Amino acid sequence: MVERYVMSVDQGTTSTRCMLFDHGGRLVSVTQREHKQHFPRPGWVEHDAMEIWKNLERIAPEALAQAGVVPEQVAALGIANQRETSVLWDRHTGRPVGRAVVWQDTRTDALVGELSARPDADMIRERCGLPIATYFSAPRVRWLLDNTPGLRERAERGDVLFGTIESWLIWNLTGGPKGGLHITDVTNASRTLLMNITTLAWDDDLLAFFDVPRAMLPEIRPSTETYARASRVLPGVRIAAALGDQQAALFGQTCFAPGEAKCTYGTGSFLLLNTGTEPVPSTHGLLTTVGYQIADEPAVYALEGSIAITGALVQWFRDGLGLIASAPEIETLARSVEDNGGCYIVPAFSGLFAPYWRSEARGIIVGLTSYITKGHLARAVLEATGWQTREVVDAMNADSGLALKALKVDGGMTADNLLMQFISDVLDVPVIRPMAAETVSLGAAYAAGLAVGYWADLEGLRRNWHRAAQWLPSMDPGRRETEYDNWRRAVERTFDWIKPAGK
Amino acid sequence: MACVPGPVQSIERAAAILRLLARGSGRLGVSEIAASLGLARATAHGILRTLQGVGFVEQDEESGKYQLGAALLHLGTSYLDVNELRSRAINWADALAARSGEAVRIGTPLDGRVLVVHHVFRPDDTLQALEVGALLPAHATALGKVLLAFDAGAAAALLETGLESFSRRTITHPRELSRALVEIREMGWASEVEEFTVGEAAVAAPIRGQGGLVVGAMGISGAVERLCDPRGRPKPTLVTYVRDAARAVSRDLGASRW
Ligand SMILES: Nc1ncnc2c1ncn2[C@@H]1O[C@H](COP(=O)(O)OP(=O)(O)O)[C@@H](O)[C@H]1O
Ligand SMILES: [Mg+2]
Repeated sequence: MVERYVMSVDQGTTSTRCMLFDHGGRLVSVTQREHKQHFPRPGWVEHDAMEIWKNLERIAPEALAQAGVVPEQVAALGIANQRETSVLWDRHTGRPVGRAVVWQDTRTDALVGELSARPDADMIRERCGLPIATYFSAPRVRWLLDNTPGLRERAERGDVLFGTIESWLIWNLTGGPKGGLHITDVTNASRTLLMNITTLAWDDDLLAFFDVPRAMLPEIRPSTETYARASRVLPGVRIAAALGDQQAALFGQTCFAPGEAKCTYGTGSFLLLNTGTEPVPSTHGLLTTVGYQIADEPAVYALEGSIAITGALVQWFRDGLGLIASAPEIETLARSVEDNGGCYIVPAFSGLFAPYWRSEARGIIVGLTSYITKGHLARAVLEATGWQTREVVDAMNADSGLALKALKVDGGMTADNLLMQFISDVLDVPVIRPMAAETVSLGAAYAAGLAVGYWADLEGLRRNWHRAAQWLPSMDPGRRETEYDNWRRAVERTFDWIKPAGK
Repeated sequence: MACVPGPVQSIERAAAILRLLARGSGRLGVSEIAASLGLARATAHGILRTLQGVGFVEQDEESGKYQLGAALLHLGTSYLDVNELRSRAINWADALAARSGEAVRIGTPLDGRVLVVHHVFRPDDTLQALEVGALLPAHATALGKVLLAFDAGAAAALLETGLESFSRRTITHPRELSRALVEIREMGWASEVEEFTVGEAAVAAPIRGQGGLVVGAMGISGAVERLCDPRGRPKPTLVTYVRDAARAVSRDLGASRW
């Protein structure tokens, strides 16, 4: 009998990965390609959607070749994607309209300010579970429609389509201009500000509020379901799952029961807590979002603490400042000193997300003295991720009324031992990494495999979860308190930096 | 030996390019380099790309011009940061632990010993402690013997300082160690059966970077009963898992032949 595998695509903020997994959920092959980050103006972040598609066209066949596998052996394909990043494209030519506007982009801050000031803005959070912020798709689509001549008319006619990256990839995989399928999954739709969090459908009031035409929107589908077979790149392979990357990681960590949580450390970091089949509103600055929906079963919801900039700060240290040659060298540099030397970096590059939601905040470095070296700065870079985690965990504990007992982690930054130890120290709980650092990919594969019967049920997947590493807290409680206090004072200093226009 | 080849032309040209870049004050474009050395533009470009790939030259993004690379200044020190090695190997280390059912370690050389730079727990969810940062004796561990086998200088230095005994089965005779290292080079992997800890065995294989340079060793370790057959030899399937994983990491690091 020929061996069969499940393929996943993780279209992340910094790169696209393609992986094959076997029945034991074990990695069989992996290929990866970074794409260019475009920063055309302060606060603007863009990707070339065509470049991302070409990367996938290249790495998917490479992943098959690496394992000596043919498309017929691929039982299903699951897609996980960077969320909220918005692409508009021409359905007739398949060409994107300008570059994709990335989730970190803050060009809509003035628009967001205007929209938030409207009297009917109050209904938004209740209706879709999200605050109005530059982070989500709707203001971005509105901005593009307002700022590209003729675009609104084309969108209203359905000639221009909107999608997050999974929509764009599925449309292309299923034929593009020649009959491509225009769909999104509930988890991605739950990040647009346009979907009703209870009915899981596009909401007319929300569409009217943001003035986004329905004709350009994809159809909302469950996270696991055989949507179609690919007609290009992986001909004949069933596309059987799509999830936002953070939700895919929740799935990959097998957090299937209410109360189970994970935090994924990549470009940004995202703590998600499974809250079961009812949406739970937050009173502490967290988001209510869809965790996953398996076929026609009821959706499972999650509370989310979103941190915009964690790995991206390391990336900036590398590319923007040129102080290291590769991201992992941040640990080497940080270990060259004992502590942060009194220096703190608050990376409010895109404003601050959870629990603050301050679009007007901007990043700062405080505590600079002649004593500070690049080693101290490297420490401060890593510690920023630790303290931001502490803030969202505090919010999560307050919202759920329960104290987190251990933190399950995954993502590229979990290779950093110094960072993982620091997170355990500041949370004062064990930090646990499962035996699949690429949990996003694994989750997308699990969801797709489940949809086509490659895996039987959730319990079977749970048995694949094993602890690969664990860090235990060892920080002196007094020091933890002092440092946390310093951090919070640093955060306050980022507020109100961007002034409303005309003031 | 079949025949002694003459000087390799492309290496001579690469050396000339490096000299040229070292001599000039500023950066040079590919045409300037080609013209200075009397090379076809395509030839110069090919050599520059290769030198760039190994970090010996760098290209300025805006002007497209070339200059000497930072790696040249650090030729003596390890060219792959250990934290980067961990990042690049982490996926395959996890997969190896899942396949073999054993704990995985990655080691690099440090002052004649083995520095554990990555550790994945045995996947049975029992209580285990992270051993990243631990130092192991080179001659008494599979990881260490792999590192010694592909670094003649380190092996010679260790033989001079003497071989400490940790158990009845530790290799303590220089000649025996030399023989073992020859065998490891031939087989492409090493084992350790109760040579460091009684009741424990291990298997390891080299991780290679560009050009085949060994930059670390990767392997599994655990109870002798699980790792070895009744005759006390490492089980072939486990050896295959270890070698495949080390090869996958090597491929990722740009070692093309392994
Ligand atoms: N060893 C490390 N220490 C700190 N940060 C790291 C390390 N390795 C990778 N990173 C950071 O992790 C991010 C990449 O992780 P990944 O999970 O691939 O992110 P994404 O899915 O958002 O693209 C980058 O921002 C990089 O700077
Ligand atoms: Mg990711």
